[in-house]
Amino acid sequence: MQLSLGPILYFWERDTIEQFYEQMIDSPVEVIYLGETVCHKRRSFKPAEWIELARQLGTRGKQIILSTLALIEAGSELGGVKRLCSNGELLVEANDIGAVQLLSERKLPFVGGATLNIYNAQALKHLLGMGLRRWVMPIELSRDALADILEDARKLAIDDELETEVFSFGHMPLAYSARCFTALHHNLPKDDCQLKCRDYPEGLAMHSQEDEEFFTLNGIQTQSGNIQHLLPHWRTLAELGVDFMRISPQPEHTLEVVQRYHQALTADAGTSISELLSSPPCDGYWLNKPGKDIIARA
Amino acid sequence: MELVCPAGNYPMLKAAVDSGADAVYIGFKDDTNARHFAGLNFNDGTAAKAVRYAHDRGRKVFVAINTYPQPAGWERWQRAVDAAADLGVDALIIADIGVLAYAAEHHPELPRHLSVQGSATNVEALRFYQQQFGIRRAVIPRVLSLAQVQQLAQQAPVELEVFGFGSLCVMVEGRCLLSSYATGESPNTSGACSPASAVRWEETPQGLESRLNGVLIDRYQEGDAVGYPVVCKGRFTVAGSTYHAIEEPTSLNTLELLPQLQQAGIVAIKIEGRQRSVAYVGKVAQVWRDAIDSCARNPAGFAPQSQWMEALASVSEGTQTTLGAYHRPWQ
Repeated sequence: MQLSLGPILYFWERDTIEQFYEQMIDSPVEVIYLGETVCHKRRSFKPAEWIELARQLGTRGKQIILSTLALIEAGSELGGVKRLCSNGELLVEANDIGAVQLLSERKLPFVGGATLNIYNAQALKHLLGMGLRRWVMPIELSRDALADILEDARKLAIDDELETEVFSFGHMPLAYSARCFTALHHNLPKDDCQLKCRDYPEGLAMHSQEDEEFFTLNGIQTQSGNIQHLLPHWRTLAELGVDFMRISPQPEHTLEVVQRYHQALTADAGTSISELLSSPPCDGYWLNKPGKDIIARA
Repeated sequence: MELVCPAGNYPMLKAAVDSGADAVYIGFKDDTNARHFAGLNFNDGTAAKAVRYAHDRGRKVFVAINTYPQPAGWERWQRAVDAAADLGVDALIIADIGVLAYAAEHHPELPRHLSVQGSATNVEALRFYQQQFGIRRAVIPRVLSLAQVQQLAQQAPVELEVFGFGSLCVMVEGRCLLSSYATGESPNTSGACSPASAVRWEETPQGLESRLNGVLIDRYQEGDAVGYPVVCKGRFTVAGSTYHAIEEPTSLNTLELLPQLQQAGIVAIKIEGRQRSVAYVGKVAQVWRDAIDSCARNPAGFAPQSQWMEALASVSEGTQTTLGAYHRPWQ
């Protein structure tokens, strides 16, 4: 089992991003995903600059993968995705089928992100034929579903070539919209959003009227209010054949979270990280329950 | 333009056909389709009757098999595809790559439409589904602006169908897990959003409360318009203010855009609402039939008639309508 670092899902300043990766490049993650996956208007790094940053980091011993937008509508957005797909050397994580098309036309291998909606081995098999090398399980799937999919993959004799990754830590990306909920919160239209999400490096918490943390608004993306935390289940993931546990960057404590995950995986340290959590933990999806539920102790 | 109407049962299908639908889309009585609700949908017998009724009158039937099968249910989706083919339906509406591959391999002659749940919002995605599975048509998500729809239609390698009327999903269809986060069931996995089994209503001193698996979705005072607690359509608190933080309970109505959609080359208008009533589909189909015919005769002079808009408003969720994402400022 190895650790991967997902793309930064929030709008952080350029300096913050550079400092963040400077810290993470020496951390125990084996894989780093880089790129803007939520909103094309966030331009701390333009696509060409993400590629440049990825090349620089790529010389320092970790696998660097460029991650593409999950919702591609405008021509300019598609242009940015094309730029990443034709970078010429680095592996790309496709988060929309449009990116799969661009990569397979170029006969390039790719990682299939969670939003490709791979719910069964038949879909896996088809995408493997097009260049898929690693897939990220859809966020809402359970341990049981994953076991079944990997069992079917064995029956279809496609499991040898395949790596599996599971979103294991962080606010889970749950939905993508035409609307920007951060702009809406400020009564601004999306076309004139004034890049308000820059003010919310951990998103904007949305509570029920009873003050229950429910969702996190992050521009056009809606995330879980609770923080997915699958470390208590890491042995099950490993037994099923999961290759990578993905940690999603948060503004605080990401390095400590990575270290704690690493210690648990390699030195059998405890899996409780409650003092590092800014929101309640959850693991419901993994256990076939509502995603927000917490079953194991954090 | 073709008018594609919903039917959750045989009487609805008859009403849709009798009121002018060119095609009616239906689903089977299980989780293979995105309106898996108790008491809704067709078994083999009623589906055969439905196909006969529509075909006798020169109309088409499409079958939605548009959820995402997990291995434990895979055979059910295979059976659904085979059953639809045996019924002689006119097209399958599919989202999942595995199901598309199965249908293309086993029933190559049966037209395949990409479901809105397939989340194709750009030309490269359309090319993928066309080249890999030979789809004839794609239903595009309700997140694109009119300008984006027009641009996509210019480049699309397949026919495009757009939503004209009905409940509004504010999220990209097929990419929304809010319901399973709250309840364990989502459109992708169970064919249901915010399922009725998770809903609770309670009169309290603070007002009438609606809950979804325990989470307070909304609280109503005397005189408030009360709506079904869809996970995204409640009033929530963000940074101290309480409001519809994601979406208000409104319906989509794009009737006034018909000339532009026709001009763009959109081949079909889809009406949402298999879970609605016979009266709903009859009324909505009638209005859209008249509007599409009127627009075809004279696009330049087309104007939505007030009695059309009133009829549609009377069956709208929240009794308000919006152009949704087609109208840029809404975004």
